[in-house]
Amino acid sequence: MTQNIVEIDNLSFGYKGRMLHQGINMVFPRGKVVAIMGGSGSGKTTLLRLIGGQLKPSKGEVRVDGKVMHKQSREGVYQLRRKMGMMFQHGALFTDLSVFENVAFPMREHTELPESMIHDLVLMKLQAVGLRGAHRLMPTELSGGMARRVALARAIALDPSIIMYDEPFAGLDPISMGVVCSLIRTLNDALGATSIIVSHDVKETFLIADYVYFVANGVVAAEGTPEDLSKSTLPFVHQFVHGDKDGPVPFHYAAGDYKQDLLGVEVKKHQANKRRVA
Amino acid sequence: MIVRSRLRIFRTIGHRFTSRIWRLGAATRLFWLTLISSGESFRRLHLTIREVYFTGVMSLIIIVVSAFFVGMVLALQGYNTLQRYGSSDAIGVLVALALVRELGPVITALLFAGRAGTAITAEIGLMKATEQLSAMEMMAVSPIARVIAPRFWAGVIAMPILATLFSMVGILGGYLVAVPLIGVDAGAFWSQMQANVDWRLDIVNGVIKSLVFGVACTMIALFEGYDAPPTAEGVSRATTRTVVTSSLTVLILDFVLTSFMINV
Repeated sequence: MTQNIVEIDNLSFGYKGRMLHQGINMVFPRGKVVAIMGGSGSGKTTLLRLIGGQLKPSKGEVRVDGKVMHKQSREGVYQLRRKMGMMFQHGALFTDLSVFENVAFPMREHTELPESMIHDLVLMKLQAVGLRGAHRLMPTELSGGMARRVALARAIALDPSIIMYDEPFAGLDPISMGVVCSLIRTLNDALGATSIIVSHDVKETFLIADYVYFVANGVVAAEGTPEDLSKSTLPFVHQFVHGDKDGPVPFHYAAGDYKQDLLGVEVKKHQANKRRVA
Repeated sequence: MIVRSRLRIFRTIGHRFTSRIWRLGAATRLFWLTLISSGESFRRLHLTIREVYFTGVMSLIIIVVSAFFVGMVLALQGYNTLQRYGSSDAIGVLVALALVRELGPVITALLFAGRAGTAITAEIGLMKATEQLSAMEMMAVSPIARVIAPRFWAGVIAMPILATLFSMVGILGGYLVAVPLIGVDAGAFWSQMQANVDWRLDIVNGVIKSLVFGVACTMIALFEGYDAPPTAEGVSRATTRTVVTSSLTVLILDFVLTSFMINV
């Protein structure tokens, strides 16, 4: 058994001629909570999809439990995914199934357990996230925080070795955020799993993560424990951790000359082009 | 400048053509994957039966009401023409043949595309937009086996049943107009129908048509949903495309099948 349950080795990924990641190296040790952080559009969720085998790297490899993900057959990928649980950004609950049936779904698909046992296991998972009382509700009747917790219960339904979280704190109120935050840590330790969190919420992530990777411009810009990164003087990390408006990540999207835009040079060009086409 | 604008036209046409070819390839691939993943739909029959309920049973009202009125209109129009030639007794044959051979399968398919097809596309498209299909994939459950294949077989099963019902209700509508309303002899209505409607050439061919339409309409609806961009606009466009593509496909297929069946 390898010490690291997931290893990303010299990974590059891109599509439509644009490289999103270039030579990324990461390791995810067993039993730890590891966070991948970075600004919007930095490819954090794509990294989760690469780990889950939903995307194939352009170069390099992702190894899960020692096996190269993109070299597996479809059945091989599915075997590895049975060791994973994933909580999607908005829960991704099946809207035609009740809370109970959502959590029971992976059990019904992958086990031959009798109905009575599925019933007990589902209620235990829901109890762990504090929603046993909501097992009859439909996903449309849940708040954002509750949906996220049900998704978490579903993600841990088969006691996975790896639990992946895609923006688990996004759009939650402070109470729900605190609940989800502590649940991630508690469940990880109780199940002896490895958690991979993709997030841009610095405070909550630093609270529960053992190790953090910062991704920017397609590479790992910084890495370390939350304590180290809090004290980091690296301009990008400092800007991200302290929420500075401007810095290595510019406030303005790349644009042409401001004066020329205001003087209407572009408008005139567009009008001339339109006349030519007409 | 003119050369550049012409080049742009060629580029646009070329892009549209290649994107159509690409989509056709993707649809064929999805069709193939659906067929090879169909074991699940039959092993866990309740998944398919549930979809038969949603696509078939829920379409019953629109099918029955439409069939009733189509049958009545056929009888009225048919009587109006036939009486000029003193053949008003043949009204039963006219209604039955028109329904069993053509109108039953075709109108059922068009109504199916509008009612069940759009629902399938919107449902699959929204499942994609809300990452439900991705979630399934991550749970090592194939969305094609679990979501697409049961809906496909439900459509294929439901369409011939709905088309047969359409023809039956249409004939009943035609009977009500021709016999009690116009006063055509009931014996002549039914006996002429029995004598002139052929089991193999009319009824079986009609069922074959509706089966082919079932495959086409359901697959188009599923593909459009599965291929829809995961946005509100993407799903809405996909739903519109389902109706347009299904309707045109049904009419074109109807001509092709009829030409083979009539063997002119």
